[in-house]
Amino acid sequence: MTAVEITPAVIAEHGLNAEEYARVLEILGREPNITELGIFSVMWSEHCSYKSSKKWLKTLPTTAPWVIQGPGENAGIVDIGDGLTAVFKMESHNHPSFIEPYQGAATGVGGILRDVFTMGARPVANLNALRFGAPDHPKTRHLIAGVVSGIGGYGNCVGVPTVGGEVNFHPGYNGNILVNAMTVGIAPADRIFYSKASGIGNPVVYVGSKTGRDGIHGATMASAEFNADSEEKRPTVQVGDPFTEKLLIEACLELMDTDVIVAIQDMGAAGLTSSSFEMASKGGLGVELALDTVPMREEGMTPYELMLSESQERMLMVLEPGKEPVAEAIFRKWGLDFAVIGRLTDTGRMVLTWHGDTVADLPIDPLAEAAPEYDRPWEPSPAPAPVDPASVPTVPWTEALVTLMGSPDLASRRWIWEQYDHMVMGDTVQRPGGDAAVVRIHGPAGLTDRGLAMTTDCTPRYGSADPVLGGTQAVVEAWRNLTAVGARPLAITDNMNFGNPEKPRIMGQFVGACQGISAACLALDFPVVSGNVSLYNETEGQAIPPTPTIGGVGVLDDLDRMATVAFKAEGDAILLIGGPAGDAECLGRTLYLREIAGREDGAPPPVDLAEERRVGDTVRGLIQSGRVTTCHDVSDGGLLVAIAEMALAGGIGATLDGVTDTPAALFGEDQGRYIVAVPEADAAAVLSDLGSVARRIGSTGGNALTLGGVSVPLATLCDAHEGWLPRLMGDA
Amino acid sequence: MKAAVIVFPGSNCDRDVAVSLERTTGRPPLMHWHADADLPEDLDLIVIPGGFSYGDYLRSGAMAARSAAMAGVRTAAAKGRAVLGICNGFQVLCEAGLLPGALMRNRSLHYICRDVYLRVETTDSIFTGHYAPAQVARIPIAHHDGNYVADLATHCALEDEDRIAFRYCTPAGKVTDDANPNGSLDNIAGILSEERNVLGLMPHPERLADPRLGGTDGQPIFASLMEALS
Amino acid sequence: MKARVHVTLKSGVLDPQGKAIAQALQALGFDGVKDARQGKVIELDLEDGDTSAAQARVDEMCRQLLVNSVIETYRVELEG
Repeated sequence: MTAVEITPAVIAEHGLNAEEYARVLEILGREPNITELGIFSVMWSEHCSYKSSKKWLKTLPTTAPWVIQGPGENAGIVDIGDGLTAVFKMESHNHPSFIEPYQGAATGVGGILRDVFTMGARPVANLNALRFGAPDHPKTRHLIAGVVSGIGGYGNCVGVPTVGGEVNFHPGYNGNILVNAMTVGIAPADRIFYSKASGIGNPVVYVGSKTGRDGIHGATMASAEFNADSEEKRPTVQVGDPFTEKLLIEACLELMDTDVIVAIQDMGAAGLTSSSFEMASKGGLGVELALDTVPMREEGMTPYELMLSESQERMLMVLEPGKEPVAEAIFRKWGLDFAVIGRLTDTGRMVLTWHGDTVADLPIDPLAEAAPEYDRPWEPSPAPAPVDPASVPTVPWTEALVTLMGSPDLASRRWIWEQYDHMVMGDTVQRPGGDAAVVRIHGPAGLTDRGLAMTTDCTPRYGSADPVLGGTQAVVEAWRNLTAVGARPLAITDNMNFGNPEKPRIMGQFVGACQGISAACLALDFPVVSGNVSLYNETEGQAIPPTPTIGGVGVLDDLDRMATVAFKAEGDAILLIGGPAGDAECLGRTLYLREIAGREDGAPPPVDLAEERRVGDTVRGLIQSGRVTTCHDVSDGGLLVAIAEMALAGGIGATLDGVTDTPAALFGEDQGRYIVAVPEADAAAVLSDLGSVARRIGSTGGNALTLGGVSVPLATLCDAHEGWLPRLMGDA
Repeated sequence: MKAAVIVFPGSNCDRDVAVSLERTTGRPPLMHWHADADLPEDLDLIVIPGGFSYGDYLRSGAMAARSAAMAGVRTAAAKGRAVLGICNGFQVLCEAGLLPGALMRNRSLHYICRDVYLRVETTDSIFTGHYAPAQVARIPIAHHDGNYVADLATHCALEDEDRIAFRYCTPAGKVTDDANPNGSLDNIAGILSEERNVLGLMPHPERLADPRLGGTDGQPIFASLMEALS
Repeated sequence: MKARVHVTLKSGVLDPQGKAIAQALQALGFDGVKDARQGKVIELDLEDGDTSAAQARVDEMCRQLLVNSVIETYRVELEG
């Protein structure tokens, strides 16, 4: 091998600044070679080191009696009873998906699946939170088509249902789309696997696909701001193989039923480097790897490439000594590569060899501990001026409702989720389109009558105006969506998508979101158990709206006590629970303001956390007692949109006589509200039990929505709602 | 009824159909690994499940059709054993020549997962005896390649021999082009072999065979088999 | 020796992907595209040997696996 000279240009290309390189020299006491420089570069990249965000992530609430594993492992784990746990995490694949939408999104799904089954869980559901640019932006359609088929192509093949998610459109994402993928798995509480290596001399084993030159420098790319040249980086994007992933899931779970695994870690971003480093570092050990024994897909690969490759569908394991044949037999049965590539040592160093020659020798702890951590300067966003209601135009409610139901952020996502297999595994109890997806808990011992509810939420419109409130509201909405199906909310995963943290205003958005999330988590006993940070989502100086996506998971103890959004019968009473005593008031940052008035100003609706909890607990109590089976939270678009969604889902209309015909009353997005429908005969008793928190606003029936003597047919709403996305995509 | 489910690398509805079989028969089916050509002699029913066998690389079902286990299935089918192929299983059976025709890319070019309506076209089979003639059943599809094609002679034979088991239809039972989700020839959703002991269908009866999942219109297939084969 | 197997749909079989390609080309203003058919190319790297024997073996591979004769047809090119 010819040695590559470590010039300032080479150092800069590896994303290390002068101060960071000085630290490299200090740790090594010499100049690094190119392989070592590459390792430093990925380990200290924003993506792997969280150097800008760590200080603030540490402030998030992460504990509760039911939390088994908080942030810091491959995924978070919560106790869901009956000896089972839910294992989940959300992760972004934003930059790769913008450059190559199909493979970017597909490998995003693959990566998050591995994070979950690495811990011993069988993945049971996927969700995806997507943000695209303006619908009429020239790249948007291509990106939607690619991302959706990539998610479907991967998730459908691995046989894990894609049951939920969300999609927003905003010009702020024109140059940086967001693809946040979440996986939820179920593992027995007594059989969880971690990445901490132990046992000096134990074999380090490589399984899965062979290593090629995929995604070399992907982790560094994901930490650098975009410019026009980025589209040239296409060849470095990794390619997914969902078939191999499916085999890897089955092989790993089969091996996990034996007692041979000491530690296991998937090779995600920064592949072999971060996986081997992490395992050794957590165990306080050293590791020796013979890189020439790594299964290779291409000829002429170098140690540098092997350490930095992001080839997919690979895992690293430490096995009990002498158990290699047990593991090898299982992986061979599934047609996967298996190679012993090294062993654990007591040196505290990572030593890499290539046909017997040492090609890298790095101290593990100093490298991990010296990883840069920045307290970046930040400034809060200025408080937005409230909207003067008198300045907001009033259009007939029928017209406003039809427009909103067919607007980009509210139109039906059926065109997307019908391309995802959302029923495979035979446990999907609530399919996409409701407040939260529900899958039946199907443990190793078989079917149960219990369920897991899951959702992803964020309202970037709010966070753009007030990052603190944006963080709080995202957590609250996730909690509310779980509550609305009758689930007991347990914990969240957070996927923090922001612009360039070196800019104080952007850093302020991140800090604000963390503060807002913390407040909500504490008030709702809804801790953060895993997460991911994606920074530098900027193109040519234009940052995305702050988007702290929250993935929430809850449990239903009795699937017979569950609610769905669809109206179930004619003549039911419609009740509004929570919110102001009179009509709604908040029009700032609402979809009405944006879609009807063409404005994106004002202060977002405030969140009262104590009230939120009180109202939510009340609603959940109604569902869990069996008194309510129809429930929907009031969120994007306000009250009338929520009613329209319930009517369309059930194919039953409604007449409203308990709300005033003003934009704020009908379309205001005041928080903490739910709509329930109950049989007329039960309405008086439910209202009397609930007291002042609830009031009756109408009744179900017919095939139109009627208010103040004016009606809009459900067929008109359905056409607007179901037609928008297929028309955008050219399929209608 | 003694049933087996063939497990290929990439099968992903094997557990789902095993759950439906166990619910029907009271005992779990045998899960048979693809590399093993020897199927037990005393099987009444062999199920080729849905999924992406061998990644569906090359063509959907192509490599599974040439696996060792399929040689065993072919022998069993020739002896008159019942064989049920669901979704990818239907593709495998066509590729293996146990059913005529082929399944091509959906005409929308999209993968489609949704409930569809099927008209039961024949109740004269061990698979469909528990349906009423012309009954409309709501059962989900989930596939990318479900667009059934066959030449004219095959199509005529299927028709003349009452071997079309299910057609896509409207909720009211009308067989229309709008009700055809994938462009299948003559709205064909499922067909029988000449000896009527092999059924292949694209829809997934195991996905709506449990009230918990929102419907039970798929259950009569399992109930019919249970009655015919016990 | 390299063998290149071109697999295409038989002429009577509807090709939804080809149809979509033709429509897309027309939408881009490429007039005169009457039809498009999509197929696939499978490249095989074979041990060197007799060409006619190789041709026969590749034909057999097509019959047994590479081609579904219900809907597809093929053509083999041998090089080297």
